[in-house]
Amino acid sequence: MRKIIFILVLFNISVAYALDDYVFESGHGSLSKWTLPEEVPFPENNRPTQARVDLGKALFFDPRLSGDGNMSCASCHNPMLGWSDGLKTAKGHKSQILGRATPTIINTAYNSIQMWDGRKASLEDQATGPLEAEVEMHMDIESLISWLNNNEIYRKKFNLAYPGEGVSATTLSKAIASYERTIISRNSPFDNWVEGNKSALTESEIAGFKLFVDPEKGNCEVCHSAPNFTDNGFHNVGLELVLDGDSDFGRYKIISLSSLKGAFKTPTLRDISYSAPYFHDGSSHTLEQVVKHYVDGWKGAENLSLNIKEISLTESEIVDLTAFLNALSSPKEALVLPELP
Amino acid sequence: MKMKIIIMCFLMTNLAYAQNFVVNQKGLAFSEDNLTIQVGDIVSFVNQDEAFHNVYSLSDAAFFDLGSYGKGKEKEVEFDEVGEVVVECAVHPSMQMTISVIE
Repeated sequence: MRKIIFILVLFNISVAYALDDYVFESGHGSLSKWTLPEEVPFPENNRPTQARVDLGKALFFDPRLSGDGNMSCASCHNPMLGWSDGLKTAKGHKSQILGRATPTIINTAYNSIQMWDGRKASLEDQATGPLEAEVEMHMDIESLISWLNNNEIYRKKFNLAYPGEGVSATTLSKAIASYERTIISRNSPFDNWVEGNKSALTESEIAGFKLFVDPEKGNCEVCHSAPNFTDNGFHNVGLELVLDGDSDFGRYKIISLSSLKGAFKTPTLRDISYSAPYFHDGSSHTLEQVVKHYVDGWKGAENLSLNIKEISLTESEIVDLTAFLNALSSPKEALVLPELP
Repeated sequence: MKMKIIIMCFLMTNLAYAQNFVVNQKGLAFSEDNLTIQVGDIVSFVNQDEAFHNVYSLSDAAFFDLGSYGKGKEKEVEFDEVGEVVVECAVHPSMQMTISVIE
């Protein structure tokens, strides 16, 4: 006989983000959830190989992939600017100003959903989006594939990377995605401190980390969660939704649920010090401004994420929290540009 | 009088066969990937995370939006139609599960 009430799963009372879960000592096991997996996730049909990464790198930096032959992926995702562009919002085809800031592609390989509004599920899905977009790289994909096929060196590279798959929009996407999976930050002072290097963080940076994870203080971890400082979620954090007469409701355009009006994807904070300005609208120029936004900048906004709540930080605490955010950047490494076929 | 008894029996029969299931939301995941229930069963979605969740479905067999709610809160849905119901969290799209509603 079936019972009237059947409890499928017992209630587990442990708390996901309790401050008590942490011991703030370098190398302590309670910090291990912040260590990014060494192996970067990839789909089974696009296992990374050197040939795929090399091809993807050439494509990523090749301006001939745009309609006017003057924009590459790296024009907006510039490695010298934190794989973003340093602009408030991006500039696209013929320098027209676009509606959103260029998101960094640092560690996006670890993310389960792509773009500010999550309209692309994977790096493979995403790769040709900007390339074909009329307002971005403005490229006709059929013409591009034809051009790549007629370029002997590119054709060889595609055959080496994807034997038997040919030159196509699919292999083009897969190659670019393979290169993007090499753009990783996991060697920051914070990472080193988590691994056991006691001197990797200053007292102020450690104090900032405590504020970051404290739900009653910074309350940052609730969205910028471990290990990649993002919950891969969508939140309205109280920014202006209508700018210069144009409205941007973010995720709501993709899924029309009222709670998503004005919600944008939580960005990673790794290498954050390299990719100012901040937020999807580029409205904050410094990390200190970002922190202050969460103190009182959001007040009065409608349809806020319920994760946003009243917090109180002293000037000294704002300094500590900002110092911690700056400690999330890995040392810059020299980048060797590809020789274009 | 006879009619009252019939109605009471009918209600008691339904009570005896309707089941309540609990699905937790914890660590940005549903506690179940798949769940099979019968028409008329009720599923409660319990949020055990610090983060707010927003359970919804746009499936033909069940179209609902429970809105955002926080830790310790729960909301329930009665499933009245046979079919596959994909349940997601609007805030965290990686949180997905399927409820199979059978006769």
